[in-house]
Amino acid sequence: MEEFALTKIVNHHGTEREKLMPILQEIVDKQSYLSDDDMVKVANALQLSAAEVYGTASFYSFLPTQKRGIYVIRVCKSIIARMKGSQEVLQAISDQLNLKPGETTADGLFSLEEVNDIGWSDHEPAMLINDKVYTDLTPEKATRIISKYLEQASQSKLSFNPTQN
Amino acid sequence: METLTNNSTLRKTDLIFGREHDTLSLLKEALQREKDEIINELIESGLRGRGGAGFPTGLKWKFAKSAPGNEKYIVCNADEGEPGTFKDRIILEKAADKVFAGMALGGYVTGARHGIIYLRGEYSWMRNSLLLKIDDMNTAFKQLGLDFILEIRMGSGAYVCGEETALIESMEGKRGEPRNKPPFPVAKGFNNKPTIVNNVETLVYALLISHLGAAAFAAFGTEQSAGTKLFSVSGDTPQAGVYELELGMKLSDFVAEFGDGDTKAVQVGGASGFCVPRRKFDQTIIGFEGIPTGGSMMLFNSHRSMYHVLHNYLEFFVEESCGQCSPCRVGCQQLLLGIEAIKARKKPASYLKELIRIADTMRLASKCGLGQSVGNAFDSIVEEFKEEIIY
Ligand SMILES: Cc1cc2nc3c(=O)[nH]c(=O)nc-3n(C[C@H](O)[C@H](O)[C@H](O)COP(=O)(O)O)c2cc1C
Ligand code: SF4
Repeated sequence: MEEFALTKIVNHHGTEREKLMPILQEIVDKQSYLSDDDMVKVANALQLSAAEVYGTASFYSFLPTQKRGIYVIRVCKSIIARMKGSQEVLQAISDQLNLKPGETTADGLFSLEEVNDIGWSDHEPAMLINDKVYTDLTPEKATRIISKYLEQASQSKLSFNPTQN
Repeated sequence: METLTNNSTLRKTDLIFGREHDTLSLLKEALQREKDEIINELIESGLRGRGGAGFPTGLKWKFAKSAPGNEKYIVCNADEGEPGTFKDRIILEKAADKVFAGMALGGYVTGARHGIIYLRGEYSWMRNSLLLKIDDMNTAFKQLGLDFILEIRMGSGAYVCGEETALIESMEGKRGEPRNKPPFPVAKGFNNKPTIVNNVETLVYALLISHLGAAAFAAFGTEQSAGTKLFSVSGDTPQAGVYELELGMKLSDFVAEFGDGDTKAVQVGGASGFCVPRRKFDQTIIGFEGIPTGGSMMLFNSHRSMYHVLHNYLEFFVEESCGQCSPCRVGCQQLLLGIEAIKARKKPASYLKELIRIADTMRLASKCGLGQSVGNAFDSIVEEFKEEIIY
């Protein structure tokens, strides 16, 4: 992330240790992951060691330290989700994007993950795409949703390289 | 809120989602009362924490009030990560104002001037709408002359951060690793200041009890499990949803209402709770005298493999263990590998006994409630459904 953008985020939250999570969360919101360089810069700003910042980030599944897609698809894999057909939904998305769970598409647009309970056992199968939630999924419905994202991306000619955000 | 079928024996109430009261006038009314009077009302009501552990809420507030210092915090635990739970989501969607007013009440009573909602990252879709409501509330507090301000902090996808001391570590910008207790958060919590951590639902009931009175609340439920509670019902049921029911119900009555006619087991209290087989429905009470639950009720019918259920829970624990203490870090993995090995015939069926010993050791030796409760689901599923686990 550019120095300027990062400084703005840090200034907005402040430099106390307790602001570390909000700062890291906002960086992930803006560019989908934390680069080594960003973590060093945040550490300097908050007068922490880089290891402390990395140690914190690496604990949290929503604070990735490896490159991810612009859109992170998180399909719930709780027992209830499984009973209601989440595996078929996952398979459909996986086929559509030619992407296995844990991977990111070559164009940097999508990452696919399976996650623990996301709080929708009354409407499984469910998934999150960044901070939007989709429930009562079927393979068809999930495919339609992903198609919309693909359309949107091609219309806005999104730069598929998340580091250029 | 969903309704029950006509012939249900369960007593369904509508305290939390009832719309007959204006939230701010409830708060205003409470602010006219003496602080100790409210604490006593809560103690008498028998309200116990709705997040799972069941600590008496009035006592918690009393300890926080008497803790020295003028910098205190009240935290709303909205981490709701227990598999099968979603009632806090519905409260925050439909009655967030009552949660916020409950926090303000706790602030007034204990002297905390700062309220923090710790919202799980998986619920970030509701963050903006909550922020708007918080702005309104903060303005209203000012108008009421109450020195209290609310803010939201987000979680980042770690179940263990629902444990109150891990939650505090996380808010301090650290790894969500539970602390040793004591000291408890009411003595040394966020930034080492006295901190009350309460579940979303608990805070709403505290507000309602200040209005309804202890007796009206304790008129529901049983001696040890006073009042009503929200249940998140899911799985093999035609009526998945959130229901407010009287505590102390018999599981058989619950299944008669929510089952699909073929219920073989109910997992009470999520992955860290207990599995009850059909033959025990009749003798199982839902509440602190029987099986307590943070609200998760997962129903399984006879088509479901309990091996898959247990396997799913163990995978969950392996992923969510913070790894800080070895009984839990190693134990979760060994239990998972162990049932896989038995299934694959690489280990004899008798190996299950050893696995149960591991689970029992975890209960004694783990540092926090996560590792301590893995044995709940493990023992109850293995003991009741041995054949399904082995063959
Ligand atoms: C692993 C683990 C996860 C927990 N998750 C939650 C949670 O998501 N929400 C919650 O309110 N309590 C959770 N708790 C219980 C909290 O530690 C704490 O007891 C509770 O927030 C206190 O509030 P209450 O007294 O109002 O229930 C969890 C406990 C453990 C051990
Ligand atoms: S019991 Fe598990 S989650 Fe709790 S401190 Fe130990 S390793 Fe961490």
